[in-house]
Amino acid sequence: MLTIKDVEKVASLARLKLTDKEKEMFLTQLDNILSYIEKLNEIKTDDVLEFKMEGFDNQNFMRPDEVKNYNFHEDLMKNAPSTDGKFLKVKKVIE
Amino acid sequence: MDKYDIVIGLEVHIQLNTNTKIFCNCSTKFGDEPNTNVCPVCTAMPGVLPVLNKKVVDYAIKVGLGLNCSINKLSVFSRKQYFYPDLPKNYQISQYDKPICENGYINLSNGKKIGITRAHIEEDAGKLIHLAGDESLVDYNRTGVPLIEIVSEPDITSPSESYDYLVRLKQLIKYLGVSDCNMEEGSLRCDANISIKPRGSRLFGTKTEIKNLNSFKAVEKSLEYEINRHIEVIEEGNKIIQETRLWDDKKGITVSMRSKEEANDYRYFPEPDLRNLVLDDEWIENIKKDMPLLPDERLKILMEDYDLSNYDANVLILEKSLVEYFEEIVGCILDLDENLDKKTVSKQVSNWLSVELLGKLNKDNKKIEDNKISAKDFAKLIFLLNNNTISGKIGKIVFEEMYNSCKSPDEIIKEKNLVQITDSKEIEKFVLEVLDNNPKSVSDYKAGKVKIIGFLVGQIMQKTKGKANPSLVNQLLKAKLDAK
Repeated sequence: MLTIKDVEKVASLARLKLTDKEKEMFLTQLDNILSYIEKLNEIKTDDVLEFKMEGFDNQNFMRPDEVKNYNFHEDLMKNAPSTDGKFLKVKKVIE
Repeated sequence: MDKYDIVIGLEVHIQLNTNTKIFCNCSTKFGDEPNTNVCPVCTAMPGVLPVLNKKVVDYAIKVGLGLNCSINKLSVFSRKQYFYPDLPKNYQISQYDKPICENGYINLSNGKKIGITRAHIEEDAGKLIHLAGDESLVDYNRTGVPLIEIVSEPDITSPSESYDYLVRLKQLIKYLGVSDCNMEEGSLRCDANISIKPRGSRLFGTKTEIKNLNSFKAVEKSLEYEINRHIEVIEEGNKIIQETRLWDDKKGITVSMRSKEEANDYRYFPEPDLRNLVLDDEWIENIKKDMPLLPDERLKILMEDYDLSNYDANVLILEKSLVEYFEEIVGCILDLDENLDKKTVSKQVSNWLSVELLGKLNKDNKKIEDNKISAKDFAKLIFLLNNNTISGKIGKIVFEEMYNSCKSPDEIIKEKNLVQITDSKEIEKFVLEVLDNNPKSVSDYKAGKVKIIGFLVGQIMQKTKGKANPSLVNQLLKAKLDAK
């Protein structure tokens, strides 16, 4: 069973500030997700062969080192909540 | 200090100088307009998929081989998750439990081996510029630039060894040609882990990590500071707290990074968007064939084939371009006269490079690449010295001029009329003149003060503006004095 403490830990790692009400809500939701996934453990897998992606395991997908300019600057700026036209602007975070 | 063992491990991040980023086709060029080398992949737009740059793998194998690592045939990319504005995906694609290179070593200049735990490939984060107010600017040009992270074993036992380790590592990487290792442009970054323990104890002490190190000297100085701080804390009966500390270069101190008090929890898991990286023998063999001569091999060649001393050879291997320059000059001189003795010529060239050229570059705060004298011209200068066309003193003047103007030595000698006087008749004229002007010195010599001859030689050299052949001057002067 998850506790409120687990929710708070996950929220702080994700830099989210949650109200007490939200914490309760996410506790229930996370718990439901985990117990749903938990169901997989009910399947007996002792006699199942190891899962393998035959034919794929020895194949790399790579690209050559060639520059292509995507001209993405303007789209990036449009997509950002705040910019000065060149840089994205964020609230100051200093570590 | 003697009561403690010092335990240091270094983590070095090096940007690989590929043309494009590790998982997309954006350029990696430094200094471009902010947020112009970006695309949906490196800015984490929904639905995009990373595709690995083959060159990054080639380079990582090269680094691994150079560091005497075993190259893993199977390595796995993992997500390292943290939330920070320089990381658009909220995770960094890195390697975790299965890195591409493991278990290597590097030799320090004193011959000590420092173990390399691992070297893995990952993507760089973006760059943040903190403004005076409460805002920061974000530039994603650097996001996705390929990095290799090299982690040493805690084998380093002093700040000066750390410095030497970094010099050696940078030298190796530059020989491999996979990065320019420019600390100012951030293409080489270093974090240091340090702990101390009672001498001989098998239990490690609590470590601290130092960040914000922007030069090799800063690494050395911050470690010195941190060792003293550890000793002080322990001797006052307190405990070292495991934490990350920032080096303040101006004040010369480390400061606790409070915001990181909470232990990092990166929740690594295998990157589902990328396949495992599978290498075969052929790939690794091809890279092996392509490996350049490394510093240790160069050192051996300089000592065995060119008969240089260990000291001289170590100076020349500092940079690949310097060794190559050296070998080219020696080759050119031997081309001009194949009867010359290779050992003598090598020693001569080594002296000219380490004393004159490096001295000059150091004084001007310049790099070896800034030297514009061609190997052929340098060879000619030494050749002209050897066949007595110019004297050693004039040689230095010609060198200065070559360094400044890039003209050929022949041109400079002609322009400035610097050809050595080797005609004994002409030298004799100067000898007689100086003897006439210095009767006191002549009588001193006759009275047994033979050292006065040095003064007289100086006078003659002054009169000939350094152009007279010194051994002829000596010879003639002595003959004239003895005949008086």
